[in-house]
Amino acid sequence: MSVPSDIDREAMVVPADCLEAAESLREVGAQDGRLTPEGDEDHLVVNIGPSHPSTHGVCRIVVELDGEIVVRAEPVIGHLHRGIEKMAENRTYMQVMPLTDRLDYVGSMYANWAYCRAVERLTGIRVPERAEYIRVIVCELQRIASHMMSIGSTGADTGAFTAFMYAFVQREKVVDLFEAVCGARLTYNYVRPGGVAADLPEGWEEKCRAFIEQHPTAMVELDRLLFGNVIARARLKDIGVLDPATAVAWGATGPVARGSGVDWDLRRDDAYSVYPRFDFDVPLGERGDCYDRARVRLWECVQSCRIIGQALDQLAECEPGVIKADGLPRLLAPRPGDAYDHIESARGSLGVYLVSDGSVRPYRMKVRSPAFANLALLPMLARGHTLSDLVVVLGSLDPVFGEVDR
Amino acid sequence: MSFVWGLLWGLATVLLIAGGAVIGVWWERKVSARIQMRLGPQQIGPAGSLQMIADVPKLLFKEDVVPAGADRRVFMYAPLLVFAPIAMAIAVIPFWAGWAPLDSAVGVLFFLAVPSIGVLGILLSAWSSHNTLSTLGGVRAAAQMVSYEVPRSLAVLSVVVLAGSMRPTEVMGAWQWWWVPLTLLGFVVYFVASIAEMNRGPFDIPEAESELVAGYFADYSGMRWAFFMMAEYGAMIAASLFGAALFLGGFVWLPGLAGLAVYIGLAALGYRDWRRSMAAEALA
Repeated sequence: MSVPSDIDREAMVVPADCLEAAESLREVGAQDGRLTPEGDEDHLVVNIGPSHPSTHGVCRIVVELDGEIVVRAEPVIGHLHRGIEKMAENRTYMQVMPLTDRLDYVGSMYANWAYCRAVERLTGIRVPERAEYIRVIVCELQRIASHMMSIGSTGADTGAFTAFMYAFVQREKVVDLFEAVCGARLTYNYVRPGGVAADLPEGWEEKCRAFIEQHPTAMVELDRLLFGNVIARARLKDIGVLDPATAVAWGATGPVARGSGVDWDLRRDDAYSVYPRFDFDVPLGERGDCYDRARVRLWECVQSCRIIGQALDQLAECEPGVIKADGLPRLLAPRPGDAYDHIESARGSLGVYLVSDGSVRPYRMKVRSPAFANLALLPMLARGHTLSDLVVVLGSLDPVFGEVDR
Repeated sequence: MSFVWGLLWGLATVLLIAGGAVIGVWWERKVSARIQMRLGPQQIGPAGSLQMIADVPKLLFKEDVVPAGADRRVFMYAPLLVFAPIAMAIAVIPFWAGWAPLDSAVGVLFFLAVPSIGVLGILLSAWSSHNTLSTLGGVRAAAQMVSYEVPRSLAVLSVVVLAGSMRPTEVMGAWQWWWVPLTLLGFVVYFVASIAEMNRGPFDIPEAESELVAGYFADYSGMRWAFFMMAEYGAMIAASLFGAALFLGGFVWLPGLAGLAVYIGLAALGYRDWRRSMAAEALA
């Protein structure tokens, strides 16, 4: 495969000091997951995962304990690495779509959309307005579904299994809406380059409206059920405190950063698609603990309902049936070049970088995964807390390992 | 004669615990399911009531896994050391006015002391599993069970002082209605400490589903695992019977029957209500 002509070849060669850095990283990596205590000889090293009820996927965490207190917590990632970025290099632009579904399998719509935006930027495809509104609606629904999973598992981690079930009832309703739209409940493959795969089915808008009218009430109920509970408050408050400066320095985005009071939301601050046309607030936390992070997610769901309501109103004025850009070729072969685009996913800023060499397959795909950046905070946030709190801190970062390992 | 009697009584105790566990598990699953907007067991028997009957053979025929690094003999017998003391403690509970299977002058002390042996079984099972999660769970369980022993014993002392005897049958015989306001606080303490003793939620820190998976019995399977569950439900039954006998005047025919009627009535109401809500949902 040839390197695209108008790309600076020199810039793509890894400089020597980077190679040295990579070598030293490799040495550190070789010690990953060591099961011998690093500090005191009396410390107990506990291996959690990769198969464990509270790792939210396949994460392995090596924890060094002094009694019940975490001295060192080290996530050992890569158990779910499928080489999606590499696989993308051997597929046409359209064939990459199902791979993006499997990045963040709790929020497939986001990866779909981020990838499509990068492709559209690369090829210059203009997306019809109706498709943009549909994308906003399904992605805000996806935010609700994803946050319900996160809040529910926060409940399960703190022993409040009832809250888990209540959250999942709401998630189930969203997933039913998705099933009506695209036939799938988990890997949607719905947002496509140039538009969306299919128009909304008949009567779907009414069902969606019924949901967004009912959902805020359910959120108030869940707020009282989970965050009003004295046990949950004791388990979540002042646990894993992340200060705003550290959040920014470590590249944390999404509810993890906003829980610390970092006022940053791509939907507003880099208003993409049709987001400038909507009126919504960005909920912010104050203390940056697990409680604030989880609660920010809860109120984001209510804001998502506001956005969906406005989007449904404006969708009614769009030309019906126009959901795909005109004159889309069967095989996309963008001119040589690169493109990066990002969206605000449920976990933060999700970006896709594509390099094209002019062929029908991407020369390189790189995913900027918010879950990966957020997970890097775990060793810092968990230190000094008990083992039980480690699980809560991990849950509050809401990692999805499909996206972390890719 | 006394040997045969003892054997029969032992069998009766095991049946009591097993029967109580069967009903308790079903009822617990049904009620928690209702609270959590689920259905709970529903396939086997009316409203899933025979689910446990199906579960017992499953547990019996499950592979008895002993982990590779485990201390084999200790690992295999530790569950018995958890279960046996609970079954023993049931012997001093007065089941009838002036009658208990083992009518001991220090019955109250016996009831408080003997189940504590179970801590040893828990520690042994945790340590012999050769698993860091189990070890942590075992240490947690030991710390918790030993620490709640003190308030529990002190709470029981309140009725012992009022009755002037440590013989459970005598305490039950001396019971007066005006003891209730006097020992109310003691009863609450006894109840809470008992829940902590048997490691049930919200005191399930040793089992800690979310971080230790199941704590000290994480590596057990099949019948050995079932012994831990039986010990847990046995402790629940024993603590309830003992608390009723000492703090609430014990077993009298009429209140007992009334209680049973209320229990069955509630179950029937719950079942009907559940069926109705299911029907309404199906129509909607």
